[in-house]
Amino acid sequence: MDSRIQIVAILAASGLLLFVLELVRRRRLLERYALVWLLAAVVLLVLAVWRGLLADLADVFGIAYAPNALFFVAFAGVLVLLLHFSVSTSRHTNQVKVLAQRVALLEERLSQVEDHQAADTGGGDPGHSERLIATSGEMLE
Amino acid sequence: MRFPKHSTRRYLAVVPAYNEQATVGEVVAALRRHAPEFDVLVVDDGSTDRTGEIARAAGARVVRLPYNLGIGSTVQAGFVFAQENGYDYMAQVDGDGQHDPRELRKLIAAMDADPEIDMVCGSRFLTDDHSYPAPVSRRTGIHIFAFILSRIVDQRVSDPTSGFRLYNRRGIGVFARDYPHDYPEVEAVLMLHWHRLKMIEVPVKMHTRSAGVSSISSGKSAYYMIKVLLAIFVGLARRRPEPDPGEPAGVIAGAGI
Repeated sequence: MDSRIQIVAILAASGLLLFVLELVRRRRLLERYALVWLLAAVVLLVLAVWRGLLADLADVFGIAYAPNALFFVAFAGVLVLLLHFSVSTSRHTNQVKVLAQRVALLEERLSQVEDHQAADTGGGDPGHSERLIATSGEMLE
Repeated sequence: MRFPKHSTRRYLAVVPAYNEQATVGEVVAALRRHAPEFDVLVVDDGSTDRTGEIARAAGARVVRLPYNLGIGSTVQAGFVFAQENGYDYMAQVDGDGQHDPRELRKLIAAMDADPEIDMVCGSRFLTDDHSYPAPVSRRTGIHIFAFILSRIVDQRVSDPTSGFRLYNRRGIGVFARDYPHDYPEVEAVLMLHWHRLKMIEVPVKMHTRSAGVSSISSGKSAYYMIKVLLAIFVGLARRRPEPDPGEPAGVIAGAGI
């Protein structure tokens, strides 16, 4: 194998690794999502440095043409990443749903409190809005 | 017709509504007229029309979701409301006018008849009158769900997609915590079964929708069929939820000594 392509591969993989670390350092990427990317970058780096590994892997899996092994590994990695994202999207969907429900319920509660306050200033039942405010306060704790 | 008076019990009718401005006012008015012991809560699922305003003007309390969350999450907001406000019973009544508030009396009677019952479901298919007008495709879907569900829960379920339901506190508690997303009625029957809560069906009459379009268009029904079937069969493989304190004892062994 031409060593020039190996140098390019090592540089590219190192670049990816450093970029991911930099994103984490700048808090643009949460550690929990960075881990998968770090793993991918490390695998690429190992394959670039260790020239024989890809051929050996191909041999083990009975793949005649070594670059195909690379495609296989890359494709499998991408699939796992995508699945990971679908899982986190599902989790976020649930969390956002709960937040939206809470916001809606609190808004309704707030409007009740405001209505009662307005009624009180007009000479309504004075204890009522305080009771409602008290229960709202309990909810915030 | 008057309901039997239980002064200590509190009833909530939850009306999920998405762009139902043509019907929601009449639904709220009918509930207040024919089922006066129910407090009425309209959960407006991010409507783009005047659904929320009309419901409030008609005398309902209105929880307005900030954007369209889908029917399951809308009804779940109602369960959470019922739980946090200490209601003993919660009914779900659709905002499109297909459920008749006068029929709530039958649901309450069935609930009162047996303290073991946690959910009463109004069924279109238990009457001799087979006039419920629905497209053949949808009826077929309903009957397929009914067949599968009846086998799984070991009880005849004739109308698993009916949203005309009454829940007691146990039912409210279970579904406030976790309620299925789309087309939730079918899965909710399964969840009750897993929590070892009891349901019963009573025959009711339903109207055709007086306006608007069903949330389930015929083009989407196949998609929903597949999705709900997936949910049912994946659900079978899911770890059974632990029964809560107060729920009937299950066969799940707790952590040993």
